[in-house]
Amino acid sequence: MSMFSGRGASRRSLLTALGAAAVGVSFTACSQPGASPAAGGEEPKLNFYNWDTYIGETTLADFKAASGVDVNMSLFATNDELFAKLKAGNPGFDVIVPSNEFVSRMTEAKLIQPLDHSKIPNLKNIDPSFMNPDYDPSRKMSVPYTWLVLGIGYRKSKVKGVPDSWKWLFDSDAYKGKIALLSESADLIRLAAKYKGHSVNNIPPEVVAEIEKMLIRQKPFVKAFHEDNGQDMLLSGEVDLVLEYNGDIAQIMTEDPDIGFVVPKEGSLINSDNLCIPVGAPRPNNAHAFINYLLDAEAGKKISETILYPTPNAAAKALMPESYRNNPAIFPPADVMAKCEYGAFEGAAKASLYEEVVTRVRAA
Amino acid sequence: MEQHWKSAKGLFGAVLGPPLFWLVLFFMIPMGIVWLYSFGENRGLTDIALTGTFSNYLRALDPLYLKIFVKSVGIAGLTTLICLVIGFPVALAITFAPPKAKTWLLLAVMLPFWTNLLIRTYALIAVLRTEGYVNQSLEWLWNGFGAVVGVLGLGALGPFQPLELLHNNFAVVLGLVYVHLPFMVLPLYSALDRLDTSLIEASLDLGAGHLRTLLTIVAPLALPGIASGVVITFIPALGSYLTPDLLGGPDSQMIANIIERQFKRANDWPFGAALSFLLMYMTFIAIALQAMLSRRRREPA
Repeated sequence: MSMFSGRGASRRSLLTALGAAAVGVSFTACSQPGASPAAGGEEPKLNFYNWDTYIGETTLADFKAASGVDVNMSLFATNDELFAKLKAGNPGFDVIVPSNEFVSRMTEAKLIQPLDHSKIPNLKNIDPSFMNPDYDPSRKMSVPYTWLVLGIGYRKSKVKGVPDSWKWLFDSDAYKGKIALLSESADLIRLAAKYKGHSVNNIPPEVVAEIEKMLIRQKPFVKAFHEDNGQDMLLSGEVDLVLEYNGDIAQIMTEDPDIGFVVPKEGSLINSDNLCIPVGAPRPNNAHAFINYLLDAEAGKKISETILYPTPNAAAKALMPESYRNNPAIFPPADVMAKCEYGAFEGAAKASLYEEVVTRVRAA
Repeated sequence: MEQHWKSAKGLFGAVLGPPLFWLVLFFMIPMGIVWLYSFGENRGLTDIALTGTFSNYLRALDPLYLKIFVKSVGIAGLTTLICLVIGFPVALAITFAPPKAKTWLLLAVMLPFWTNLLIRTYALIAVLRTEGYVNQSLEWLWNGFGAVVGVLGLGALGPFQPLELLHNNFAVVLGLVYVHLPFMVLPLYSALDRLDTSLIEASLDLGAGHLRTLLTIVAPLALPGIASGVVITFIPALGSYLTPDLLGGPDSQMIANIIERQFKRANDWPFGAALSFLLMYMTFIAIALQAMLSRRRREPA
């Protein structure tokens, strides 16, 4: 059920872990009379459409203090929800946060507009390796907000060594009944392709057929296809190996030292969430100012402290403590990351095909 | 006194108007649009061309999807049967309870309704999972029993093997029964409550046993209640997607899960619409069967 997909699941744990940092929200800024009017003669308001618990504790109040613009944040749970909402016409959002594949979809569907880089000087803070991705060459339409990578979360005491291959999830009965896979059809097929030594994109049909056979063979050993609540299943001892995002596992690692995370040696899928301005945004100047503020080093640091996802903001990362910067779950080793790829949007027909393959696997 | 509607046309229209308007605007028209989508094709990422094609229905009749339909009907049918078997004695007990207790018992049946479905489902997860309450209690009993056996010198019992209660079809049926039981109990109760108790007394006086009275007197008289209970349990159970999603195992997908994925992840609204309408046709068939059944009963035999 998609209500629990996306980044929103069980952020409670790290809120506790970082509770100290969260104290001291200063609302005085909100009531300051005569705050400076926003640039461009727009009314000092902004509608921000974001994932749940995906912003710093004080970020919106700090932005209001700095610019006078009042940010009204609404939440979505999945990219599909975001897409469906904008598909019927922009209901008034100024800034949205789609993932990489959906930046392509929305560009193709003409739902987002080009950014004016001259209004976003803080782009200089972004790590150069994030400045020219395939899904948005030279960052015309989007700026990176966070990134995340799929890997294997595991219970150290129940697993032999480090399960550093997709084999343990897709092609082995060593941990039968103790495996949970993510129920995202495209992700499953792409990672299985990675295991077979192919790129995650342009998977040839015969390899897709092979993957289908492999997953049908593997299914009896799989406990469940989870709805991005894999971290809970791992934490409760329901399973010992789980396909999950690094940020989700990093959160439960602060609760249970017996949990580990590894990006398999074959490489994996990287996802990145991006700040975009939808077509028809009522206040584009405020939107640019807000995006620029989120890329600020100090603001970025406060966001990362709360959400614990890897940041593409080099200046903000430099301000973060050692325990974040050198956490192998948040920032997996460079040699493995070099083998990871973004999943490209390959058309509606491909999405339908992958969906049907996984439906067949689950019905088999 | 009953009045024919034609003699108060204005009043009748005023009363009927708003709900009819509501029904047309928020039910018939949206459903009509989805129905039209089921004859359409995707054009690009955001547009659907209504071409009048039957290809979506043909695809939905593929053995892959038919098998999932059959499985869904099986799971919903089993759920309904279990609800009937459990719900009938409960409804009977409430009927014969003292009037004061009756209110409280009915409240107890409806109480879970006031809790969100998602919360109830998550509560079931906490009960059923490997380290959940059921397995923890069993482990405690097992260890206690093992200690006794050990003291008696009869050899060790070995470590406790937790039961696999969650993430399989059993958990799905259990969850559906748990959620849908009130749907069965309430119509059964309303049918049984209207029952003329003198018929039961007559049957018992004339020498029939309790079981025979139940089967040949009470059950036939309660048949309309049973039929409507079966229908309003079966239909939502057939379309459930949250329960199989959260409690099910790798093969527990039901047709509503497929429909959800077509509308969201696969972004294939025409195909999702075709699957939805096949599900709806099955619902109509179930309602028609129930209507036929109750009409046959009303006709003098």
